[in-house]
Amino acid sequence: MRRLEFFLRLKERKIALVGMAIIALLILVAILAPFISPHDPVEQNLGQRLLGPGKQYPLGTDNLGRCVLSRIIYGARTSLSLGIIVVGVTTVGGTILGLIAGYRGGIVDQIIMRLVDIMFAFPAIILAIALAGVLGPGLSGILLAMVIVGWAGYARVVRGSVLSIKEKEYIEAARALGFSDQHIMVHHILPNVMAPIIVMATLSLAFIILMVAGLGFLGLGAQPPTPDWGKMLTEGRPFMRTAPQLTVFPGLAIMVTAMAFIFLSEGLREALNPRREVAR
Amino acid sequence: MSLLEISELKVDFSTPEGMVRAVDKMSLEIRNGEALGLIGESGCGKSTMGLSVMRLLPQNAHTEGRILYRGRDLLKIGEHEMRQVRGKEIAMIFQDPLTSLNPVLTIGEQICEAIRLHQGLGKKQAKERAVEILKALRVPLPSKRVSEYPHQLSSGMRQRAMIAVALASKPSLIIADEPTRGLDLIRQAEVLKLMKELKSSTSMLFITHDLGVAAGVCDHIAVMYAGEIVEYSSAQEILNRGKHPYTLGLLDSIPRKGLKPIEGSSPSLINPPQGCKFHPRCSSTTKQCSQKRPGEIEIGEEHFVRCFLYA
Repeated sequence: MRRLEFFLRLKERKIALVGMAIIALLILVAILAPFISPHDPVEQNLGQRLLGPGKQYPLGTDNLGRCVLSRIIYGARTSLSLGIIVVGVTTVGGTILGLIAGYRGGIVDQIIMRLVDIMFAFPAIILAIALAGVLGPGLSGILLAMVIVGWAGYARVVRGSVLSIKEKEYIEAARALGFSDQHIMVHHILPNVMAPIIVMATLSLAFIILMVAGLGFLGLGAQPPTPDWGKMLTEGRPFMRTAPQLTVFPGLAIMVTAMAFIFLSEGLREALNPRREVAR
Repeated sequence: MSLLEISELKVDFSTPEGMVRAVDKMSLEIRNGEALGLIGESGCGKSTMGLSVMRLLPQNAHTEGRILYRGRDLLKIGEHEMRQVRGKEIAMIFQDPLTSLNPVLTIGEQICEAIRLHQGLGKKQAKERAVEILKALRVPLPSKRVSEYPHQLSSGMRQRAMIAVALASKPSLIIADEPTRGLDLIRQAEVLKLMKELKSSTSMLFITHDLGVAAGVCDHIAVMYAGEIVEYSSAQEILNRGKHPYTLGLLDSIPRKGLKPIEGSSPSLINPPQGCKFHPRCSSTTKQCSQKRPGEIEIGEEHFVRCFLYA
């Protein structure tokens, strides 16, 4: 009943459907990468360097003779898996901390919210560079950096909603029925803050993918030869004039992916708005 | 036998403006199977008194005195033990069903949850029981209603859904805090009819500002003014032979008795008047009223008045 209504609402938003279709396609591509990519993404063929799009290499080759299409396909794995892990961990962590801060209040709230302030003031890129210095360059460094910084936004949003919801009469009614604080937090307050969390998580997937690309571009993310969209931009940059396919296609991949998540989040925002009734 | 015995209850709120004494040395008793009406104007402390029984007052409240429920002092037991009392032994019905039902949970989820918490039934049994309760409250199509959200129900249906949540674990005492406020007369009559039916299965503390409504539902009525009980008797006695000047004022303000308002406004609870708290608004005030606080005077069988006129 509830799900049906939700999908009916989502269906009305064409833009959300477009976003969802692109995301589904991307996920499928990432999963099926070994079967659909025409070449091995790390195989070098120095005789076939910097080729334009053609029959054998649909999107051409890079300066080491690697297939650009295959590298983009495998790059989707890097971006999506990183994005999903980061969003999963930060959403859950941030939501729990926000719930506790908002519900308990007092000193607990103070501690968590000051931590949030610190995270907001802390640039993720600097942290990623610092962590890269400690852990060595690689995906684990930027993953950790984004998780450390990323939970704060959720905690802040959730805490704000909890502060207003916990004063509602139905929370008092729940208390009058003898429910414990944990039960009230999880079963009565959490469902009320789910909508903004879902929208925020979808939107932040877009930003995380841009961030991963940006950090990759700076050389902080995946290390060669792992295919990564940001890294591909760096590698293609010297050949921008002679072989634009090296930067145009990975750039497009980044843009389309980020846009798809933004579209979906926009549609979700509308669909999850409780004040809007569905027209059937 | 008394189910709930409140003695010398004091509730103070510390506020930036000073101490507010919302309930002042109040004593009250609810017997098994009895419905007691607690009448008073807004801000006289009647809701505070209801919440203090549930121990749900905000943190800046200080409570003193005794609230004995079946012989146990609710003000002394631990929080865990108190949670066993809330909902299971004593349940509350709130003013506004739209705000006291959770908008994102279905009616069925809310009723079942309460059933499962205190009765340990499985999901399926709880749902059957929820449908039963709704049916008993004469909600049409109960098995369909359980999967609907509060906003999908009409206001009368919502009221019943809320009552169903309170009844979920068969409490022995129901505290109803102005359940008829804001309802039109037809809905009000329906709810009152329900409350009268509930009376046969549980005891009730019925908090309202409407003397007529209380008299229709309750066996006994306590009239509250500025944190204290000024008159207590059976509903008929209060209605026909109410004695305290404030009760008389309330009676005169009922529409069919001429809609005559009581002069003045509620006293400040930070700086309550000396002596009898009602004396500044009382038409038959004497010298001693402003100096001494009147005690409880028994003027008939089960009829107490806190007024010097009857001393």
